[in-house]
Amino acid sequence: MNDVTSTVQYTGRPAAGRVRRGRRIADRTLKVVCTVFTGLGAFVLGWILLMLFYEGGAALSLDVFTHVTPGPGTEGGGIANAIVGSLILTLLGIIVATPIGVLAGTYLAEYGKGSKLAEIIRFVNDILLAAPSILIGLFVYTLMVPPLGGYSGWAGGVALAIIAVPVIVRTTEDMLRLVPGSLREAGAALGAPMSTVIVNVSWRAARAGMVTGILLATARIAGETAPLLFTALNNNFWFKPNLMGGVSNLPVMIYQFALAPYDNWRALAWAGALIITLSILALSIVARLLLKKDLAR
Amino acid sequence: MVALSERIAISTMQTTRRAPKSISDPLFRWASFASALLVLIVLAGILGSMVYGGWPAFRQFGFGFVTSSVWNVGKEDFGAWVAIAGTLTSALIALVIGVPVSIGIAIFLTQLCPRWLKRPVATTVELLAAVPSIIYGMWGLFVFAPFFARFVQVPVSSLVEGLPIVGTILYARVPSGVGLLTAGIILAIMIIPFIASIARDILDQIPTILRESAYGIGCTTWEVVRHVLLPQAGVSIIGAVMLGLGRALGETMAVTFVIGNANRLSLSLFDPSSTIASRIANEFNEASDMHLNALLALGCILFLVTFTVLVLARLLIARVRTQ
Amino acid sequence: MTSIAINASSAIGGAAAADMHAPVRISVRHLDFFYSDFRGLKDISLDFYDRQVTALIGPSGCGKSTLLRTFNRIYSLYPEQRAQGEILLDGQNILASSVDVNELRARVGMVFQKPTPFPMSIHDNIAFGIRLYEKLSKADLEDRVEQALRKAALWDEVKDKLRQSGMGLSGGQQQRLCIARTIAQRPEVILLDEPTSALDPISTGKIEELIEQLRAEFTIVIVTHNMQQAARISQFTAFMYLGELVEFGPTSKMFMTPNKKQTQDYITGRFG
Repeated sequence: MNDVTSTVQYTGRPAAGRVRRGRRIADRTLKVVCTVFTGLGAFVLGWILLMLFYEGGAALSLDVFTHVTPGPGTEGGGIANAIVGSLILTLLGIIVATPIGVLAGTYLAEYGKGSKLAEIIRFVNDILLAAPSILIGLFVYTLMVPPLGGYSGWAGGVALAIIAVPVIVRTTEDMLRLVPGSLREAGAALGAPMSTVIVNVSWRAARAGMVTGILLATARIAGETAPLLFTALNNNFWFKPNLMGGVSNLPVMIYQFALAPYDNWRALAWAGALIITLSILALSIVARLLLKKDLAR
Repeated sequence: MVALSERIAISTMQTTRRAPKSISDPLFRWASFASALLVLIVLAGILGSMVYGGWPAFRQFGFGFVTSSVWNVGKEDFGAWVAIAGTLTSALIALVIGVPVSIGIAIFLTQLCPRWLKRPVATTVELLAAVPSIIYGMWGLFVFAPFFARFVQVPVSSLVEGLPIVGTILYARVPSGVGLLTAGIILAIMIIPFIASIARDILDQIPTILRESAYGIGCTTWEVVRHVLLPQAGVSIIGAVMLGLGRALGETMAVTFVIGNANRLSLSLFDPSSTIASRIANEFNEASDMHLNALLALGCILFLVTFTVLVLARLLIARVRTQ
Repeated sequence: MTSIAINASSAIGGAAAADMHAPVRISVRHLDFFYSDFRGLKDISLDFYDRQVTALIGPSGCGKSTLLRTFNRIYSLYPEQRAQGEILLDGQNILASSVDVNELRARVGMVFQKPTPFPMSIHDNIAFGIRLYEKLSKADLEDRVEQALRKAALWDEVKDKLRQSGMGLSGGQQQRLCIARTIAQRPEVILLDEPTSALDPISTGKIEELIEQLRAEFTIVIVTHNMQQAARISQFTAFMYLGELVEFGPTSKMFMTPNKKQTQDYITGRFG
């Protein structure tokens, strides 16, 4: 701005050419910088994926899926127990979180209109959405690990559920808010009680978006490590069917094996990293496609 | 037709309605209310468990717990300062690097991006956000750190050696690639997708008419961004930045991989350090007694700091949304 | 008189004359309505006759929709809205707190301005309302669905795609689906809130024919901003302005020799 006015003063006539050049340079710089930054983001994602395919791909074999994690200094081994454990913990987390999240989101969108309490809950939920997951791990440790007499898959599932709930609450509320009020009125006008209108009309209309939210929450908790460190911990063998004691899982296995001094451990960590990242990225892509398809309808 | 309508007319009168006297309606309402309350209870529970578990440490060390930089497990003498300083510094570095890039991406997506490229770019940003923290940690430790040591730490260190101030801040005694700056860079990459997508939403919400009228009087994209969009988005962009800060402060796994986990107060950004989260992740499973309490006290401090930052972030974002 | 009025009055020939001896179905007594502090209806007293179509007309914001929305207490979905006074349906005050609003709404059906098909199949859209209050065998249920669709003049168009989504129908078909859904419950009264304002003229014509047929069985109250429509299909007309009832009477009289100058001005298009 300054140099524009000064240029005009000194030359005594509008130095249109020079003014324009200054503006053009600023404009060009902005466009180049923004494009480069965006390219940088894509570059990092590509770099990470390339690394995973290169290191993880080399480590993949049938054994990885069929064998249990090897002990220190033993050859070979796989991560079958970690894969199964991760599936169980993630499923447990999402099974606990889905009814709570959906119902809480429903309360905020349908019952809590204009209520102060609903506003506070919405605010707190947004905070929880971004709260450090390690603190949730500490909380569940205090809540469940000493009282249950040790680490357990149940504690891990609860910790993951606490991370998933805010995601589901938020998407459920957002999606229910998109349902037109006239549809609810039409349901009520038939004499349907509010719960029937919500379940049969609102939920049905918002179904695709709500499922997307649940899938995104699944993707989010599937890769979480910090909350499992003090709850499900890990287990280098098959865990107990009652999920008491440490339950093996991919994230903590990756954490422990990646930093280990054994080559086969590190290779397994890479294989695990490739498997978990691809699953999570695929899950988030599917979730978003589902929503876009529904919104386009 | 006549017969049919007569029949129906009669049956209208006869229709007896059983009022669905069920408890499912109040039950459903009650269940959703209880679920919503659970959200509040969880937050209170997190705070409660930290305060309860950390209390013995706060009582024993008093305010010195925050200011002392001693962390001696053997002597049971604990101070949080190194971890606090490491947390704040790494988060600050993340913001300094991450914010311009995020806003650049948001501007690219909303103003510059050709239509056909929008979806792929937006998806890329979303996928960056979906990559698990531990993967960033592995990438940081095994790929980025060696690269960083060789092409940044070594040349910069030899360049600044002996100079005042920069000679201290940017000097690597052991150019291993891990340290505060590396942690800050990895954190920056991790918060970029979050800040960028919120900033993009904010920019998208600015009425098109405002933008068009600015272009209409001959503004360049730079001038529209500088004088129309950013001032208009102002406060809520700061909210988005704070949200990113909240994430950076509490991020655990990636930082644990690349920060070096040393309890040393160093002025060099190339030196290993610790954050609150990385220290908890590293030591909690082996801790007992006062060590355990001290770690929970660290968690309590982390909770209070991130909670404050996130509340501010939400208030700033909400203020603009409701305008 | 302007040509609009002439058109309107000549159109009266379309509707059957008012039956002055029909029993009263709904009786409104000293009704006030509030949106928080704003008084939307002021001391309304008015009767609605059995198996007659009554049109509520008036400029936008006059309270005609508000009045309609008190008859099934749909306004009570919004905590800031409340009604005072009496509305007697077959002698029972429906504003009394002892009244079960859901049951009331099954007795008093409503069709909205914009079609509101539920996100389910055509069949389920109809069955939804029936199942709420009646336990029927599958065959009886199918029967009722067919009857309702036939009466709404929709059966021939949808009989082959009953399992498809109701959202896939055209606007006019959707609105007839909503009417079918309402009559399937066999209500006593049907409330229509500007049911054709979102439709093209051909669909509008079909809905108007339908209303004329439904009059044989139901008491109908319709809000419309279209005076020709009121003239074409109603036996009684109520003209409202600024939350007050200005004039009520048989439609033919209202359109030809209104008592009040305000009514005449509105009908002849001088304001509104």
